[in-house]
Formats: sequence, C-alpha cells, structure tokens
Amino acid sequence: MAQLNLVQTVNQTLREEMRRNPDVVILGEDVGRNGGVFRATEGLMDEFGQERVIDTPLAEDAIVGAAIGMALYGLHPVAEIQFLDFIYPAFNQIVSELAKMRYRSGGQFPTHVVIRSPYGGGVKGGHYHSQSTEAYFIHTPGLYVVTPSTPYDAKGLLLTSMRMHDPVLFLEPKRIYRTLKEEVPEEDYTVPLGKARLVRAGSDITLVSWGAMVHTCKAAVDLAQNEGISVELIDLRSLLPFDLEAILTSVKKTGRLVVAHEATRIGGFGGEIAAQASERVIDYLKAPIMRVAGFDTPFPYALENIYLPPPERILNTIRKVAHY
Amino acid sequence: MEMLSILRADGEYDPKLEPDLSDEDLVKMYRHLILVRKFNERGMALQRQGRIGFFIDSTGQEACQIGAAYALNSNDWVYPTYRDVGVCFLRGVPMKVIFDQLYANAQDYMKGRQLGVHWGYKEKNIVTIGSPIATQLVHAVGTAYAVKYKNHRVVTLTFFGDGATSQGEFHTALNFAGVFKLPIVFFCENNQYAISLPVRRQTASENIAMKAWSYGFEGTQVDGNDILAVYKAAKDTIDKARSGGGPTLIEGVTYRMGGHSTADDPSKYRNQSEVEMWKKRDPILRFRLYLMKKGLLSEQEDRKMQQEMENEVNETAKEAEKVAPPALSTMFSDVYEEMPWHLKEELDDLMKEGT
Ligand SMILES: Cc1ncc(C[n+]2csc(CCOP(=O)(O)OP(=O)(O)O)c2C)c(N)n1
Repeated sequence: MAQLNLVQTVNQTLREEMRRNPDVVILGEDVGRNGGVFRATEGLMDEFGQERVIDTPLAEDAIVGAAIGMALYGLHPVAEIQFLDFIYPAFNQIVSELAKMRYRSGGQFPTHVVIRSPYGGGVKGGHYHSQSTEAYFIHTPGLYVVTPSTPYDAKGLLLTSMRMHDPVLFLEPKRIYRTLKEEVPEEDYTVPLGKARLVRAGSDITLVSWGAMVHTCKAAVDLAQNEGISVELIDLRSLLPFDLEAILTSVKKTGRLVVAHEATRIGGFGGEIAAQASERVIDYLKAPIMRVAGFDTPFPYALENIYLPPPERILNTIRKVAHY
Repeated sequence: MEMLSILRADGEYDPKLEPDLSDEDLVKMYRHLILVRKFNERGMALQRQGRIGFFIDSTGQEACQIGAAYALNSNDWVYPTYRDVGVCFLRGVPMKVIFDQLYANAQDYMKGRQLGVHWGYKEKNIVTIGSPIATQLVHAVGTAYAVKYKNHRVVTLTFFGDGATSQGEFHTALNFAGVFKLPIVFFCENNQYAISLPVRRQTASENIAMKAWSYGFEGTQVDGNDILAVYKAAKDTIDKARSGGGPTLIEGVTYRMGGHSTADDPSKYRNQSEVEMWKKRDPILRFRLYLMKKGLLSEQEDRKMQQEMENEVNETAKEAEKVAPPALSTMFSDVYEEMPWHLKEELDDLMKEGT
C-alpha cells in the first residue's frame, strides 16, 4: 500500500477511474500540460491524451456548462474549478442548470458531473484563494456536496462521486493537500455519501466539523482532554446529504453540541446542524448549541490565522458549553 | 455582409438558389408551418380563457424553426428555446406531449414541474428547455465536444434569441466551439426584440452574424422569414459541421409578431405600423405563393390542410385538459436519482399531515 497525501490521492484516483471507464474526461484550466495548479491532474494528459484531459479556455461557465452537455451525451466529466473562489461565473450553470436538469426534464436528462475544487484558507492566498462557501451550494436542491479530510476518504468519496448519476461538488481542502500522508489502498473501494466518520470517541461534548477544520478540531480535542473534557469529534465528510443520525446519536450521549467550520457564521451550514439538532433532541441538551466559525467579514490576508478558528478558539467554545 | 434570400415576400424566387428539396419535402415543410401557426393560435386562446397558465407565441418565426430543423438528421441533437415548438413537431414529438406540458398534468414528461413551453424529449434528442437565457449554448458545446470525442457523425444545433447574444454564455460558448472546432451550429433567431428592448439595445455590431468572425469561424445572415434560405443556410452549415468543418453562427432575421409572452403588452414599446410592415413579410404567406406557383398546393388543399391542423390541435388540447394533475410525490422525485433522507422525511410528513 502506498503512502499518499491528499492531492496525490486525488491524482491516483482520477487515474484509476480513467483507466476503468473510457467515458471519464477531465476539463478545466491548466489541467492538461501543466497538471493543474495544485498538480491534482499531473501526468494524466500524458497517459490519456489531450482530448480526454482538456485544457479549456479560461471560462468557468463554459467549463461547467460544457460538462453538462458532455454528460447528457454519455460522458462522465470531472470538471476542475481552479479555486472555489472563482466558481461564481459558473454559479448560474451550477444552480440553475446542473442541479435542475434531472428534475426539470422529468428525469429524462440526468447530469452526472463531478466538479472538483480546492477550497478553504490557511495558504496565504488572500481574499480570492481562501474562502469556504459550501453553504451556497448546500442550499441548492439537486446537488451533492462532499469534502474529505483524509487521503483515504478522498479516494473513497471521489470514486463514489464519479459513479453517481447526480452532480457532485467535490470540495478539496487545499490547506491539507500535502500536510498528511496515510496508507491508501490500491484496490477499488468507495465511501458512501451521507455517512460521517467518527474521528475521536468522547463522552462530554459532540464536536462536528468537516474538511481541513477536522484537523484543527483534533488539536482542540487534545487541549480539552488536558482539562478533563472528553470530546467526541465527528467528520461529516459529505455535507449534502449529511449524516444527521450520527450527530443525533452522539448528542443523545453527550448532551452538548458544538459545530466548527471555516465558513462565515451567518447562513453557514453550522446553523442548519444546530437547527436540526434542536428540533429533534432538545430534551437531551444540557447547554446551548454553539458554533465556531470564520468571522462574518470578507476573508482577510495578513490576519488569516486569526480569522480561521484556531484550536484555542474552539477550546474556548468547548469550555463554555462544558461549563454552561 | 449579404443576407441570404431566395424566396422574397412577394413569392418571387431565384431558381438558381433553390435548395435540393423534393415536392414531398416542400409540402411537409408547409404542413409544419401551418401546424405551428395553428398551435400558437390555440395556445394563446387557451391562456386567455384561463385553461393554461402561461404561453409563449412564436408567430412570425415559423420559418426559422422548421427551416433549420429540417436540415437535421434524426440522430442529431437540438437545444431549442421556448419559442421553437416547431422543432419538436418536426422531429416527431407527439402533440399530446406538448399539450400535457402546457397543462402540467400527470402525463407531462416534465411532471408538471415547469412553466409552460419548457419542453424536452429525450427520444428525439431534444434537450429540455430552461428559462435562464443563453445557458443552453454551453451545454450544446459540451454535447458537440462529446460527439467529437466519440467520433460520431452527429451535429448539435442550438437556438437562441438576439437578447441571448448579450449574455456571457454566448461569448464563452462560441469561443469554446471555435477553439475546439466543434460540430455545432448556433442559430440566432433575431426577432428584433428581447421583451421590450430592440436589438439595437443588445449590440452596436452591424449585425449578429459577424460576431462569429471574432471566434474564428463563419457567420451567415439569412432572411429568417424565407424558409428556403433558412433551410439552405442550415443544411450547408450542418453538412460542414458533420464533415469536420467546425462551427457556424447563423442569424435568421425575423420578427416576433406577437407579444413576448402572455404576460406582455407590446403596444408599450412598438408601433403598430412596424408590425404591419412585417405582416407583409410573413413566412407562411410567401411559401404558400411559392408552392402554388409550383403547382404543389391548391387553394382547396390549403384550406383542407389548415382545417386538419386546427382540428388536430384542438382535439389534442382537449385530451390533455382531461388529464389529472400530477401526484404529490412527483414534487420530490428526480431531485436526485435516489431520494436522500431529508427529502424522504419531508415527503412522509406531507403525506401524513396533508399540508
Ligand atoms: C438570464 C435571464 N435574464 C432574464 C430573463 C427574463 N427574460 C425572459 S425572456 C427574455 C428576453 C429574451 O430575449 P431573446 O433572447 O431575444 O429571445 P426572444 O424571447 O426574443 O425569443 C428575458 C429578459 C431570463 N429568462 N433569463
């Protein structure tokens, strides 16, 4: 078994699936000759040719729109949007077309397109290379939204996404593209959408997170442990559908819930999780549900390490909830 | 740029330019022109009577739809707009399917989910229409890419209005098609208006066809009320696309005789004299004169045909009106291939609580 980091895993997974399925094509900016600005598609053009690994003109609406038209003709396109921050020229195509085509055609025209996009802060990227705007997309019926936090899950979730008959926005936390390596099996395996991963078992507080923040949360869980607070950490892995069952089961045990995400707080997905939990398990709750989130400002540059919730800020919230 | 014109408004034509069409083809074209006109009359009336919620009339633009689609093979792909019902009829979409959609009933292929005139029919490679203007242009480009990738001899034809040429997707689609030299034909039905705005508010370009040049391929302008010219331009460019010659932009110069939709009052923004002038250029009128001149149609045959079309339209509308509305569950199906838990829960609650 190979030790791979997250971006190597994405590369390897794309390669394996392209070998298996001749209908898989990749399209995006700089994905071919250059192998992608993060090298996620490195070497794929050499192996599969420039008709299959397509360097497109610089136009996100055309990338997603063309992927839709390809899917309707039977291809399985994987579109790369270079940074999630640049997806907005394609927002209309994603929200009004990609996500609606199956429904509005009465099931005649499903659109199996995967959109991969690096997202999130912590890479000194400034305003336009850092944001976590998953909530815009989770708010769109017809789309699935997925984000792995480990290489193992990246492979399993990406294979599932590429074999779905529905569109999937596959968000890759670029901050941890290269920060951790783990053993990634060479054989074919999938991780289902809508199933969370238990990262740490604990008894006092349930902490829910996803993407790169899972790793920040792990540090916060360690800090809390030192203070005698036992935190159960859940990585959602897929945000739509999300594993409410896992959250509720844990909260029934711990009686306390904290959600941590990089995205801004207002209208963020943490609010939805809090609402779902309070609607269903309020009798079990011993403290208010609290969120730790990015501030409701545009994403900053110089102060990004303060903007992004550090373990200490998560710890503060854990304390507040534990000692409520 | 010279506008291609074969059959003039007075029925005179240039025999040297006549396309290669059999007598049967010509009569079939005419039948479809009449069918679209009768359908439009019925659609408008049904909306005015409150029997359907919404309608979009394409009177005046019949020659663009029928002429261009006539040049397609059955395995070609079409991305039409809400104003191209003739394309559906010509490609063999049953009329009942069209009316079921207008009535948004239980037999509607779109399952009652869309505003009227948003058709789609997989069997005939007609991709379901959406409301956002110009979005289909990039889908068409993707389909053309897939065709080329698979080495198929299939052409993609997409329609859009003059207003659509102001959208970003017009640019990105034509640009993409040019870069990859795709087998696609872009057909702009320049009906002079986008709701209330005249085409001069969409572009300062002398015409729309010439915009193709900046994408590295050919653009041609045709008299969109001259079905022979539309057919010829479409046939030539579709053949070119099929044999690897790349994309073309066709601008059909036509006129929207009615309002934008049943929610529009065109007297607010255009003069009746302009409408009267275009009435004289009617696409059906001149084609009728042409067929009569060629001895392919008599007054009597014409009347009979018109009556037949009218009856078919009226009877099919009545059939569709009898069908019940769609089941509640259709609101929740087809959002995804399989219903995720949150939708199942919402549907269950609705069924249980009834509201
Ligand atoms: C993106 C978008 N903006 C606005 C509208 C509202 N709208 C519907 S049709 C229309 C005019 C379209 O004009 P044109 O492309 O010339 O086509 P036509 O209706 O004349 O056939 C507008 C503004 C829309 N459907 N989509």
